[in-house]
Amino acid sequence: MGNNDALAPRSETGVPLWEYQESRENPDLAAIRDRSGLWINGEETEPLTGKWFLTIDPATEGHLSMVAEAGPADVERAVGAARDAAAGWAAMPATERAKSLFRIARLIQERSRELAVLDTLDGGKPIREARDMDLPLVAAHFFYHAGWADKLEYAFLGTEPRPMGVVGQVIPWNFPLLMAAWKVAPALATGNTVVLKPAETTPLSALRLAEIAAEAGLPPGVLNVIPGAGATGAELVGHGGVDKVAFTGSTQVGKEIRRRLAGSGKALTLELGGKGAHVVFEDAPLDQAVEGVVNGIFFNQGQVCCAGSRLLVQESVASEFVDRLRRRLSTLRVGDPLDKNTDIGAINSAAQLQRITELVESGQEEGALIYQPPCELPERGFWFPPTLFTDVSQSHRIAREEIFGPVLSILTFRTPAEAVERANNTPYGLASGVWTSKGSRILWMADRLAAGVVWANTYNKFDPASPFGGVKESGFGREGGRHGLAAYLRGVG
Amino acid sequence: MPPTDEVMVEERVAALSTRSIKREAKMWALRAAISMTDLTTLEGMDTKEKVRQLCHKAIRPDPTDASIPPVAAVCVYPNLVGTAAEVLGATSVRVAAVSTYFPSGQAPLDLKVAETRQVVADGADEVDMVIDRGAFLAGDYVKVFSEVATVREAAGDACLKVILETGELGSYDNVRRASMLAMAAGADFIKTSTGKVSPAATPAVTLVMLESIRDFHRSTGRAVGMKPAGGIGSAKQAIRWLVLLNETLGLEWMTPQRFRFGASSLLNDLLMQIRWLETERYQSPDYFTRA
Repeated sequence: MGNNDALAPRSETGVPLWEYQESRENPDLAAIRDRSGLWINGEETEPLTGKWFLTIDPATEGHLSMVAEAGPADVERAVGAARDAAAGWAAMPATERAKSLFRIARLIQERSRELAVLDTLDGGKPIREARDMDLPLVAAHFFYHAGWADKLEYAFLGTEPRPMGVVGQVIPWNFPLLMAAWKVAPALATGNTVVLKPAETTPLSALRLAEIAAEAGLPPGVLNVIPGAGATGAELVGHGGVDKVAFTGSTQVGKEIRRRLAGSGKALTLELGGKGAHVVFEDAPLDQAVEGVVNGIFFNQGQVCCAGSRLLVQESVASEFVDRLRRRLSTLRVGDPLDKNTDIGAINSAAQLQRITELVESGQEEGALIYQPPCELPERGFWFPPTLFTDVSQSHRIAREEIFGPVLSILTFRTPAEAVERANNTPYGLASGVWTSKGSRILWMADRLAAGVVWANTYNKFDPASPFGGVKESGFGREGGRHGLAAYLRGVG
Repeated sequence: MPPTDEVMVEERVAALSTRSIKREAKMWALRAAISMTDLTTLEGMDTKEKVRQLCHKAIRPDPTDASIPPVAAVCVYPNLVGTAAEVLGATSVRVAAVSTYFPSGQAPLDLKVAETRQVVADGADEVDMVIDRGAFLAGDYVKVFSEVATVREAAGDACLKVILETGELGSYDNVRRASMLAMAAGADFIKTSTGKVSPAATPAVTLVMLESIRDFHRSTGRAVGMKPAGGIGSAKQAIRWLVLLNETLGLEWMTPQRFRFGASSLLNDLLMQIRWLETERYQSPDYFTRA
């Protein structure tokens, strides 16, 4: 076989090389315009503030678009438009509301490539994830809620479900379009009108969604999108014309909103931070648990509220498991988010990168051991390599605070009871994962883990029919399923 | 031996199937796949003439392009080993023989040993044996192990590939257990299937076997090869398998010494895809020889 050996390209040390060639999605598909105005009352409009801010591609720091910044007068206009549209939308036959949602879902499917590229450019996530996770789920949420629109009486038997009225929604930058879908689809299906404020670093796909909704025949004023920073969000949630507020974001801001809304009579749901725990028992399918842990913490660069950012592994398999995990890390491909072979893309913003960097430094200062696989990071843009910490104590900041980055803190435990105690020893309670081949232990753990979601032998599984939300400081209220509908209805108990 | 969970195995395989292999990386993969192919004919209707034809194809897969490498081996029934050896004798292409009462393996051990000695004496460089799935499923792992070890002995210096017939094993846990047994008993390669049972080589089963090879290598230092066989008929599938290999065992395994495709129709699709990459045109299948 000697002559076959020469086929493999080899490095200087004789190791064969097979580098995947770059396979880059076309950025022009996103069709980004130089200026992106507010979307109020069914049309794009200039901001009364006269202010515009720049949104960039975090992978290159390249300019994408100047985006209108909504001020108090714009919030007034948007809430006013939603108010004016509310009665008509609520009174419309539910089957007609359903048709609009079905049309939106179909248009999203047809334009999914464009929308995936748009979120990848604006947010830095790998195109593979935008294409295979975000967009299918976005369409699924609209399809699912379209189906509910004319069946609300059957979802809540013996009640008379009525819409809340005008809903003010504030969403984060980690899943720009998906979070918009999670918020908008149930609100519209239940007959509410919406004013949505996307995150300032990722406003483009929410604005595109508003265009798509108009194209689908949604009446003017039913969905309004007003980009801006924290001040715009504060203005929106505090506006007297808003009946219900739904917020996804940090626990700190969630607490401020709750304080502000106390006594206002507004309904509120909050989906906040997390410090999810993966609990890996000695009888776990180790190779698959490695995949789940990798997916849990490196999905979207770890910028996921339900990220499994703590690994609790049973002492008897800890060193073997960490060894497998390290080797797996070395195969992760970090780089250009538009390359279809990229596993880990860019951090969303300079501010977020700084927060991750600061927390990782604290981990090293507090004595945890850091591991980062060798990988070259691009020179421009915001990047952080996949990172593991071992020798982490429960008291370290990296074990307690939400990092929102590709950083995993590894702790050990000896008994199931200790695993539960450690997993629950956090102010958060959004999601956790259990890895064991023993069915009874999965149920035992699920009963005891204080988390809105417990995944067993898998992680990051989402479905519009399955309610998602937290306990403790991870918030309250559910998105998805029948529970998610209830959050947008009056009179359902 | 850790258990295997099928949900995440299939998820991992699905994620790797989206790898996009383009241009030079693809060209390298297509040529490498040819060099890793065990060109196979295992039919009751095989004749000497059919095997001769196949051997010539193996040596020179594309008569119009001398840069195309020969395949790794030609795989035939014991009766035809001598014929293959006559044609392939002085070339780099090796003679592989199925043995141990392929495909069922339902025969006494002394017959299996005798058959193995015979094919090696007739000129086989490589022996593809089957495990006793009946014994395996009955839990008689000692019998499975000792049969492989005995055939290993009988095969002498020949490369021993052990066919697990994963389509009959029923679970990924069993695939992993059979892989470990075969490797511990001295297999040079572990191979998925005979090609006579469906499903044959699936990406998920291949991943579980590759992970077993990785674990065996880590604990013993011995590098065992992998041979998926049955059902891999297109270049696109072959590239998918090479991605699995690359991301599980790494580049050290991406050679014909450690990875083979057991296939018959795959070769011409690889040749067609190479021609397409070179000319950006699809050629008629009539331009490629059929052996």
